[in-house]
Amino acid sequence: MRNLTNILIVGVGGQGTILASRVLAGVVQKIGQDVKVSEIHGMAQRGGSVVTQVRYGEKVYAPIIAPGEADIILAFEKLEALRWLSYLKKDGNILINDQRLDPMPVVTGAAAYPQDAIAAIKKQCANTMVIDGLGEAVKAGNAKAVNVVLLGLLARYLDLDKQTWLDVIRDTVPDKLLDVNLKAFEAGWNSVK
Amino acid sequence: MKKLLTGNEAIARGAWEAGVVVCTAYPGTPSTEITENAAKYPEMYAEWSPNEKVALEVGLGAAIAGGRALVSMKHVGVNVAADPLFTLAYTGINGGLVLVSADDPGMHSSQDEQDNRHYGRAAKIPVLEPADSQEAKEFTKLAFDLSEAFDTPVMLRTTTRVAHSQSLVELADRKEVPIKEYEKNTAKFVMIPANARPRHLIVEDRMQKLSTYAETTELNRIEWNDPSIGIITSGITYQYVKEVLPQASILKLGMSFPLPKNLISEFAQKVTTLYVIEELDPFFEDQIKAWGIAVQGKDTFPLFGELLPEMISAKLAPSDQQTCCHATACELKTEDTPPRPPVLCPGCPHRAVFYTLNKLKVTVTGDIGCYTLGCLAPLNAIDTTICMGASIGTAIGMEKARGKDYARKMVAVIGDSTFIHSGITPLIDAVYNKATTTTLILDNRITAMTGHQHNPVTGFTIKGEPTKEIDLAVLAQAVGVDRVRTVDPFALSELEQIIREELAAEEPSVIITRRSCALIEKGTKPPYTVSEEACTGCLQCMRLGCPCIVKQDNKKVSINPAQCVGCGLCATVCKFDAIRKEGGANA
Repeated sequence: MRNLTNILIVGVGGQGTILASRVLAGVVQKIGQDVKVSEIHGMAQRGGSVVTQVRYGEKVYAPIIAPGEADIILAFEKLEALRWLSYLKKDGNILINDQRLDPMPVVTGAAAYPQDAIAAIKKQCANTMVIDGLGEAVKAGNAKAVNVVLLGLLARYLDLDKQTWLDVIRDTVPDKLLDVNLKAFEAGWNSVK
Repeated sequence: MKKLLTGNEAIARGAWEAGVVVCTAYPGTPSTEITENAAKYPEMYAEWSPNEKVALEVGLGAAIAGGRALVSMKHVGVNVAADPLFTLAYTGINGGLVLVSADDPGMHSSQDEQDNRHYGRAAKIPVLEPADSQEAKEFTKLAFDLSEAFDTPVMLRTTTRVAHSQSLVELADRKEVPIKEYEKNTAKFVMIPANARPRHLIVEDRMQKLSTYAETTELNRIEWNDPSIGIITSGITYQYVKEVLPQASILKLGMSFPLPKNLISEFAQKVTTLYVIEELDPFFEDQIKAWGIAVQGKDTFPLFGELLPEMISAKLAPSDQQTCCHATACELKTEDTPPRPPVLCPGCPHRAVFYTLNKLKVTVTGDIGCYTLGCLAPLNAIDTTICMGASIGTAIGMEKARGKDYARKMVAVIGDSTFIHSGITPLIDAVYNKATTTTLILDNRITAMTGHQHNPVTGFTIKGEPTKEIDLAVLAQAVGVDRVRTVDPFALSELEQIIREELAAEEPSVIITRRSCALIEKGTKPPYTVSEEACTGCLQCMRLGCPCIVKQDNKKVSINPAQCVGCGLCATVCKFDAIRKEGGANA
């Protein structure tokens, strides 16, 4: 197998996963790697399970990642982390935003939210990192910057130049939100000691 | 310069580089972004047409007049446009015409997963299939050249994985293509039977020429490797084969119809075992077998859904090279997780309508749009969903089969854009053929499901220019509906009263429930909150299916303030005044 990096970004529609994948792809492109991104958006604007897949390296063919092949799963929500766990490579890293968003079957009582999703993941996966992304985003000045907090965290696990991340964020987010987003990125970056 | 583009963005860029002057479409996932992006280029006229048939008719008009035209739609949209398409294959074009069919294997956002390569064969037009964004752009340009060289419309067929994946694309400049002369030519463009009969001969002759072209075009290429396994494939599946079987020999078909018989025979003779790996139908396989060439295909790979890399790996890769989950059981197990289906957004105006329809226990014929989600629990308010515009016709048929009394317990629901797309004709049928059907037009002022495109009721064009706004009430009256009412769906008791009255009426009626999509509402209202003391745990508010309302362990409810947009519908249905505006008095 050729040397590729496979990143799975999972969450709930409306959380900003797609923007996050675009920033990551932008960083990779800037350093001259081949990159493919696959995103599927379905029937509604909000609330569904969303997954975007980013693959980069010298030459990328398929835009999607097979089960067991993700180097990193960046999960915006706990249940989604659990749902996609089987995509993680043995010894891969799973980075989880400690947030619970109930899907409709749980809201209506037709299904139960897993009691301790993170413990269940940790039991199987040694490289689990949990972050209070929402709390960090609020501290940075805007609850909606969770996705950039998580990008900051992801950046610590990837061998890509930090300044390039900041440049791409600068190019991607509107000027009036730039300060908040740069703070959010630093919060994620600094969450790994 | 290289730029990261989705397949759809790349097609729009390709059209621009090819000197296209007219781009038309009706939005539909996964095709929508083609025309959205095309509209950003000032050199190209772009429009959201009322439906796909109109989009193709405008496109073919532009082409007959001598300009290059790009027409885009999703796979089921081609069903709507099929009538002009088949005859356009007879007339041919003048300026180039390319029809994009964006298919959806896996049905990420569709009601069926038809394989539109069949349309190419049925209509006798060439079909090109790009495998990534770079090819999406290049094939678009090539399709225009082919269209003009062979005097035919060309189908560019993509799938969701090509349309919505991003990869790097080398950009080029626009080549201005002069508008061709237009000359009146009734023998070519007026398809009365006397003219059409000789045109059919021209079509068959063109197919011969295209088959010859298919043998030598660089669209179809052999990548020689180990000859023990030979694979014929196209589109995104080519990428999967390259990924998991780097040692295999590949015949990549960029042109899916007509197929290069000699090239395929030559490839087949030189490999030991020949596989066709294609998503959905055995389109290549059936033709290749009909030529008497032995090939394995659908006996090995499924007829449905996306064909994923790991499926190819599991069947054909040497065991030491298979992707992990299929070599051995995956070490990491996904525990049982509750599904997360899409939901009507917080503040969605359709929620009030479906809550009321559920309460009234009426049969509801549904249609295609965000509001199709009204079929899900706890609203459970839709009985049928077939295709764009089907709701009203279905209701008429139910009434004709079961009688007028049944029609008093039955409504059709349809969105504003869908009503314009193909709801107006069945409404005319209801009037003309004396049905008593009640139709609810769920007017949320936008084409919402595909991501907020303008349509004839919003008052703006695709380029954001103000335009005449269609008045749905006047339109319904104009086709002969005398009972037309307009109501704010959040006025729950008024809405219920009006529905009851119109169900009772012995003539067709239209109720327009009018409120903007929650995602285009300007200004955020304060969220609502639940008074712990006042909440009795009756759970009436839970029947709204609002994702912000959560049942607590103590059986009472709470509202997620981060998601709540302050629509107040829950406060309206709460009999105990337990739901209030945050920081305010009772709602």
